[in-house]
Amino acid sequence: MYNEKVMDHFFNPRNVGELENPDGVGQVGNPVCGDMMRITLRIKDNRIEDIKFRTFGCGAAIATSSMVTELVKGLTLEEALEVSNKQVAESLGGLPPQKLHCSNLAAEAVHAAIQDYYKKQGIDIEIKTEEHEHQEHGH
Amino acid sequence: MSSQPNAQRQVYLDHSATTPVRPEVLAAMLPYFAGKFGNASSVHRWGYAAREAINDAREKVASLIEASPNEIIFTSGGTEADNLAIRGIAHARKSKGNHLITSQIEHHAVLHTFEALQKEGFEVTFVPCDKYGLIDPDDVRRAIRKDTILVSIMHGQNEVGTVEPIKQIGEIAREHGVLFHTDAVQSAGKIPIDVKDMNVDLLTLSSHKIYGPKGVGALYVRRGVRLTPQVTGGAHERMRRAGTENVPGIIGFGEASRLAKAELPEEAERLSKLRDKLIEGLLREIPDVALNGHPVLRLPHNVNVSVKYLEGESILLNLDRMGVAASSGSACTSGSLEPSHVLLAMGLSHETAHGSLRFSLGMSNTEEDVDYVLEILPPIVGKLRAMSPLGPGSGL
Repeated sequence: MYNEKVMDHFFNPRNVGELENPDGVGQVGNPVCGDMMRITLRIKDNRIEDIKFRTFGCGAAIATSSMVTELVKGLTLEEALEVSNKQVAESLGGLPPQKLHCSNLAAEAVHAAIQDYYKKQGIDIEIKTEEHEHQEHGH
Repeated sequence: MSSQPNAQRQVYLDHSATTPVRPEVLAAMLPYFAGKFGNASSVHRWGYAAREAINDAREKVASLIEASPNEIIFTSGGTEADNLAIRGIAHARKSKGNHLITSQIEHHAVLHTFEALQKEGFEVTFVPCDKYGLIDPDDVRRAIRKDTILVSIMHGQNEVGTVEPIKQIGEIAREHGVLFHTDAVQSAGKIPIDVKDMNVDLLTLSSHKIYGPKGVGALYVRRGVRLTPQVTGGAHERMRRAGTENVPGIIGFGEASRLAKAELPEEAERLSKLRDKLIEGLLREIPDVALNGHPVLRLPHNVNVSVKYLEGESILLNLDRMGVAASSGSACTSGSLEPSHVLLAMGLSHETAHGSLRFSLGMSNTEEDVDYVLEILPPIVGKLRAMSPLGPGSGL
């Protein structure tokens, strides 16, 4: 079902946990739908200095969360906002088709955390959301 | 699936999904692939040999449910048998009425067939269950109308193991002159079945759940009950299911039925003890775990629990790495975005249904297997919960 890289991130997830007094917090998904991610960020000089995640969900949900933390750590906020769910899946060497729709929210959680940081700075930014069935599903 | 570097043991606890073919069953089947390959309809010694072997298997399958051999129709499996029963009766009795009754917790082979009949214009009542997955016979009684032609309620629930009050439901159906079908795929060979005593008109069986081969099942049809064939093209199975018989499969199913019946009392008791040990152990060793299904009216081999704050697939992947096979009713494993319709019908929240785990015991399992699961599962749950944003300690 999953490839070796996905399994590696699932069994040995990077950056698990929660930062104390984070500069930005992003939470996406919903336990009702079976996936929920919470990302906390430490931001210094417009860069993601540290990042941690907590995820409720399946193998893909946990692996994408772990992957995105590796992808965006050290990036500027502008660069991190360009990282997409699709890119996360590609970095993992692909996900089973049914997982691309429901369990691939990690980049959105990062974007939401950055948005939260900007908000605290008094800046309102528009976040592009990617189309996927999860949001249309709606419980 | 990736390698299993840490697997010390191999513990198969998914017998409700399928079982291995028993050596005795395989041995009985083997001559019928090449040596005794005849078509049972043929008028020569090759044909006669196949016919005789099928007749023998039919007796054994009938005996498992206390039926007569000529009341058994062999099919390609439980799903086809469910389809034949439900569509076959609906189509045969259409002139008598347009109303059908089933439950919300049936296997999809039944549920989706009724949904297809709704599209054909039939009216269907889906009776609910209680929090244990138990169906109230009075709900069936209340649902029966003048134009009701069929009631179909399963015997042993495949996900949560609840054993339904089939005898009472059959009695109610019979009082009202309505035919009664039950899917006994999970219960046959596990608990005693007597179709006459249980007031059943049609009953579905599957071979691969009782250590027989895949690709073969049967429908019991009480003598005198007429149904419309769904597979046409020959006079096989007394004109009710066309197609050259799967001779090796049927022979294997027969032998598996014979062995299941012979071993049933002892094996049911043995599995019930393992089941209770596993249930008690899970509830004792892991906090925030709840039993799904009925505590007493339960198949001997079924354990189903919800592990709160976790999603089922993430637990299954970890169990597999440690050599343990189980299943889950989470959305990820149901192939849709919704968790199990059975757990939702029982009133579980979506969140709790996503965290369900089913362990189904079988012949190969021992007390040591149960001990192994109880040893490896708590740390898996602990590790995943530390990662979860839900539950105590998550700060939410």
